[in-house]
Amino acid sequence: MTDLVEHAPARAKSSFINDPKVRSIGLQIIALIVVVVLGWMFADNARENLAAQKIATGFGFLDNTAGFGINQTLIPYSETSTYGRAFVVGLLNTILVAVVGIILATVIGFLVGIGRLSKNFVVRLISTIYVEVLRNLPPLFQILFWYLAVLSAMPNPRQSINLLDEVFISNRGIIIPRPLFGEGTGLVLWAMGLALICAILFGHWAAARQEETGRRLPVLWVNLSLLIGLPMIAMIITGFPITFERPELKGFNFVGGIRVIPEFVALTVALATYTAAFIAENVRSGIQAVSHGQTEAAHSLGLRNGQTLRLVIIPQAMRVIIPPLTSQYLNLTKNSSLAVGIGYPDLVAVFAGTTLNQTGQAIEIIAITMGVYLVLSIITSVIMNSYNKRVALVER
Amino acid sequence: MSLTFDDGTFIRTDLVAPLPPPRRQIGVVGWVRENLFSSVLNTVLTICGILLVAWVVPPFVRFMIIDAVWTGENREACLGPDVGACWPFIHAKFGQLIYGFYPIDQRWRPDIVFAAGILLMVPLLVPSWPFKRLNSLLFFVLYPVVSFVLLTGGNIDASAFLFEHFGLIHALVGDVTVAGVNATFWVDYVLTAVAVAALVGGLLALLGGSGTGAARTTLWVFLAFGALVLVWDIDFGLEYVETRQWGGLLVTLVIAVTGIVASLPLGILLALGRRSQMPIVRLLSVVFIEFWRGVPLITVLFFATYMLPLFLPQGTNPDALLRALVGVALFSAAYMAEVVRGGLQAISKGQYEGAMAMGLSWSQMMRLIILPQALTLVIPGIVNSFISLFKDTTLVLIVSIFDFLGQLRASFTDPNWASPVTLYTGFAFAGLVYFLFCFGMSRYSLFVERRLNTSHRR
Repeated sequence: MTDLVEHAPARAKSSFINDPKVRSIGLQIIALIVVVVLGWMFADNARENLAAQKIATGFGFLDNTAGFGINQTLIPYSETSTYGRAFVVGLLNTILVAVVGIILATVIGFLVGIGRLSKNFVVRLISTIYVEVLRNLPPLFQILFWYLAVLSAMPNPRQSINLLDEVFISNRGIIIPRPLFGEGTGLVLWAMGLALICAILFGHWAAARQEETGRRLPVLWVNLSLLIGLPMIAMIITGFPITFERPELKGFNFVGGIRVIPEFVALTVALATYTAAFIAENVRSGIQAVSHGQTEAAHSLGLRNGQTLRLVIIPQAMRVIIPPLTSQYLNLTKNSSLAVGIGYPDLVAVFAGTTLNQTGQAIEIIAITMGVYLVLSIITSVIMNSYNKRVALVER
Repeated sequence: MSLTFDDGTFIRTDLVAPLPPPRRQIGVVGWVRENLFSSVLNTVLTICGILLVAWVVPPFVRFMIIDAVWTGENREACLGPDVGACWPFIHAKFGQLIYGFYPIDQRWRPDIVFAAGILLMVPLLVPSWPFKRLNSLLFFVLYPVVSFVLLTGGNIDASAFLFEHFGLIHALVGDVTVAGVNATFWVDYVLTAVAVAALVGGLLALLGGSGTGAARTTLWVFLAFGALVLVWDIDFGLEYVETRQWGGLLVTLVIAVTGIVASLPLGILLALGRRSQMPIVRLLSVVFIEFWRGVPLITVLFFATYMLPLFLPQGTNPDALLRALVGVALFSAAYMAEVVRGGLQAISKGQYEGAMAMGLSWSQMMRLIILPQALTLVIPGIVNSFISLFKDTTLVLIVSIFDFLGQLRASFTDPNWASPVTLYTGFAFAGLVYFLFCFGMSRYSLFVERRLNTSHRR
């Protein structure tokens, strides 16, 4: 007893530098000082360098005239537009590739992923080869391949591949019919919106009713007929206001229709097929993660094969699939910056490429470009985390 | 009703041999019925699949082998109506694809680097091989230094740069060169090392800590750094080859290997920082990791090419390849940190508690107990991030560094070899090379995963 009492003050004599608390605070202060000093040095160097190169700082350049053309613009843009507008054009082009690519990649990815688990040997073999080949080739290689080896090898416009007289594929891109919106289009759009709202409300009501009475309503069929029927009725009332302008070959090129530039096609197809290989693997591992006992239990409850899949397997598999799926979507969006390799005017090519070369304002431009991608990924991860919280298994 | 047993009753004493299963369910026929034609949908899928294979495979084989041209001097050989791959084109461009514009008489240097890399890498990857610690020390510490000297030619004037900032005796005496090595610098260096070590040790001793230990650590750091500068400073008589002349697969591998070697220690530090109890350290690590993971590599390369020079003192103009390497290293360190964090999280709490109960300090616990287990667990993850880094190296072609893909693209413009099949031949060859590298690595990562996975799978 006395021993212990006598030892206790001895510990207090030990230097305060060995106290974990003091150490941790000291370390943090050192870390903070290092970061601040480094940041200050960088800022100081940057200030000196910019002054020496006589580069103005600030975001004023966004209001200057850009003076370069862009070969795909979703909003009106000309050479007399500002750099700010060029930025918006590039951003929209990036978003266009991302959206189209994500839809395509999801469809292909789910098909291939299910194919890898198929009982059919041929289907399984083809899916496996698809995944292994596409996953193991660099995306930029695939984009260049599509652009240089596939699309440039297409025939010229005069001998273009003709699909039903509506779509023409040539080395100048893909020409598709252009929708013309006549009078009364507004009503059709309103009908679409109304149908969508009705469908969502009906879905909720049907779910509530099933909880109450146990009866299942044919939600799918009702909603499908709502979504197709209402706009159709509106179309008939207004006398079909939406018409399509067909492309026609005049001289050496096409007149009318919308020309989808080959850069867009190459980028989107390459990114979609590349990402699809990863999505397929996510889908496969998600389905495999659901234990076989679940299927057996569902069967012994008397559910049919389709019901088992729809009500038992898929909801559980989705919990595993969705988080990696979102990160694949994010990867596709980030990979769309490879556009600069083939000259598709996306955010990086237009802004960090051409605009940077013209104005030399590296810090502002790269900060904005990185910021855009950062914001995109932060938004995605916030949505993902809230989704994860909602579907995560609640352990009691 | 009577029960009679007469002696003629037959009782079987052994089992009848089982009948063979129906012939439709076994063998080739059974397999085909089960796997290919079990239902209408399955039959349709099988036929479509076979048609697809028949549509793709024969033309591919014809192009690659049967119709291919194997010998020739220039484009003349590869012109013609039904010509397949133009392999003489690859043969002619092979050197360029592997070494870029590295001087032809100096190409033995990258060859040694390649060979040494393979010699060190293979024993590192085979799990049953002994001497892992020595091997990884050689690969991660000695190999990069030797490769650097071999590839660039060494003899860079690192001392001159350091002098201008830390010279003490230099200001008094000036340059004294002994055997090609600047003696003044080294006297200066030793003095600085001793002074700094004494200062650090004294300060710590004053505060009541272990002064000698701190002084010894400081001296070791100076020694390691000094050795590095010395090796770079020695003139081995190698011709200087500037990085602008490097190219092809050499650059691809240099970037990928540097990225992985540099990102491993940085990634471990960041992962430890992210799991740390100290809020400021954790915040800094999280911000660093999430920033680099949130932006595409292209913007990182643009950052390294255009923005990094602005942040450095005026007059320092680092080499283009070096700048790209810095960008790639920072980028992959963030991904590596997340891989390592996964490993750290997989170690059970009992291991930490056990280590602490043994009285190990934090650094001992990490070095001896946690990290060895965590790093072994994440080998597949490390290999996977190496694969994606390897694929990502192609992006440097956008900041005009000619890697393998860049050299391939450049070789298409050669009028000597302009033929309709040149493009396809080039893509076929490059695709094959990339595929072999990435597929091989992914198989290896699967192999390690299986080895580590001791759970019973259905």
